[in-house]
Amino acid sequence: MAETVRLATARLTAMYGKFTAVKDVSITFQANTVNALIGPSGCGKSTFLRTLNRMHELSEEGWITGRVLLDGEDIYASRVSPMQLRRRIGMVFQKPTPFPTMSVYDNVAAGLRVNGRPGRSELDGVVEHSLKQAALWDEVKDRLRGSALALSGGQQQRLCIARTLAPRPEVILLDEPTASLDPGGTQRIEELVFALKREFTIVIVTHNLQQAARVSDTTSFFYMGTMVETGATRQLFTTPREARTEAYITGRFG
Amino acid sequence: MNRRVLRRWVSNGMVGLMILAVIVAVLPLVFILLNLVIKGAGSLSIAFFTRVPVPAGETGGGVANAIVGTLLIVGTASLVGVPVGVGAGIYCAEYPGARLAKLTRFLADVMNGTPSIVVGVFAWTLIVARVRHFSGLAGSCALAMLMIPMVMRTTEELIRLVPHSLREAALALGYPRWRTSLAIVLRTALPGIVTGSLLSIARIAGETAPLLLTALGSQYFSLDITQPMAALPLTVYQYATGPYEEWHRFAWAAALVLILVVLTLSLLARLATGRRFTLNG
Repeated sequence: MAETVRLATARLTAMYGKFTAVKDVSITFQANTVNALIGPSGCGKSTFLRTLNRMHELSEEGWITGRVLLDGEDIYASRVSPMQLRRRIGMVFQKPTPFPTMSVYDNVAAGLRVNGRPGRSELDGVVEHSLKQAALWDEVKDRLRGSALALSGGQQQRLCIARTLAPRPEVILLDEPTASLDPGGTQRIEELVFALKREFTIVIVTHNLQQAARVSDTTSFFYMGTMVETGATRQLFTTPREARTEAYITGRFG
Repeated sequence: MNRRVLRRWVSNGMVGLMILAVIVAVLPLVFILLNLVIKGAGSLSIAFFTRVPVPAGETGGGVANAIVGTLLIVGTASLVGVPVGVGAGIYCAEYPGARLAKLTRFLADVMNGTPSIVVGVFAWTLIVARVRHFSGLAGSCALAMLMIPMVMRTTEELIRLVPHSLREAALALGYPRWRTSLAIVLRTALPGIVTGSLLSIARIAGETAPLLLTALGSQYFSLDITQPMAALPLTVYQYATGPYEEWHRFAWAAALVLILVVLTLSLLARLATGRRFTLNG
């Protein structure tokens, strides 16, 4: 398969007011790969992730320098609408965030309805397909009209993934998606992430090194706002080039 | 061993004190309700709800004008007070750091602590004295002024209870800010806002002092809100302070009707909240 760059950052620096959270990071993410971002708490990996769909600028005093390129185009260019962009780059958060007033069905359809008035049959098709892709269809197909809050934590997180898949984004950002789940739920999400890369490009922030090693093709190690090392996951975990990377993955700090 | 016995005694003593406090808190309400039912229920009849007052000395008649007056005055006040209060509450919750929001919040807290008679005097000066005419509408204005800060503060608090992560999830899906605020955040807080609004309507329905200075009261049936108008609290006040035995019985009955109206609103509020909790549970 020919390698195409889906998403790339060039000398990206993310600030909160005068505080630098991410400094001068350049990474490329190939299409149809899973890319893990690892590092100790407060290292800037989540902030970095949030610059990729322009969520960072919604934080108080959040701003950036440098560039983020989606299919070669700068997403921070003035003609790019952040709303349109976020439909192309979806995001799943640490805690499941189903919309409490909506049914299972309406949660999945939410991202499509905000983008226009899709027809009933089209909507039905997309909802079913997205739920199947999120490996949730069999569990909820008989209660699509029920409250999304009646689902378990792991099911809610898969519902949030289905909701993110429904508008057919190109890239999916996952911010510690299994941090609040039990081992069973975690495993299902990991299998899901692995399967989804056939269609999407995935960037996943995780605290769990085993998880990064299990699901990702590339891994980038962040430390104190800088990206220390990036490379193929196998290489980074077996023969890291940097001493700090080795210290972190062998558990000597962080 | 000794310490354990002591601990148990202290624990029982404290629980006993708390139960005593609960009884002291609830007993007046029970007495009020019992008293109203005993003294007021006897005067309730169909005529009480359908007829207007008769001149002193005659028997019969009712308080239909006051019931309709209360509904009109409180309804008009709510029509203004709820949208303005909810709107201001949304603003303060959406822009919590804005100088205008901080100022509004402070003023609303001051207003919430202002005695209602002061608001009545204010409405009298502003409206009644200027147009030289008492009216139900002036009463509605006074009640709306009492209502707005209450509704505003509840709305703001309830919107801020909606987790920030929900707002982020909507924005990350490509929702514009205004749609996130309305379709996700406000929608999630809505049952609580309905409850808060109903409770503040119940609060102002019983207000007497502002109405004395604005709506004045009337013996006649009227749907014209620009004229002086009867209201249940005014009827209670007028009949209870009057010299006739018949009037006193009417005052009890009117008070019973008033508290039933307020109780119904509170129950509706509880129902709205209850639905939210089953939804979340």
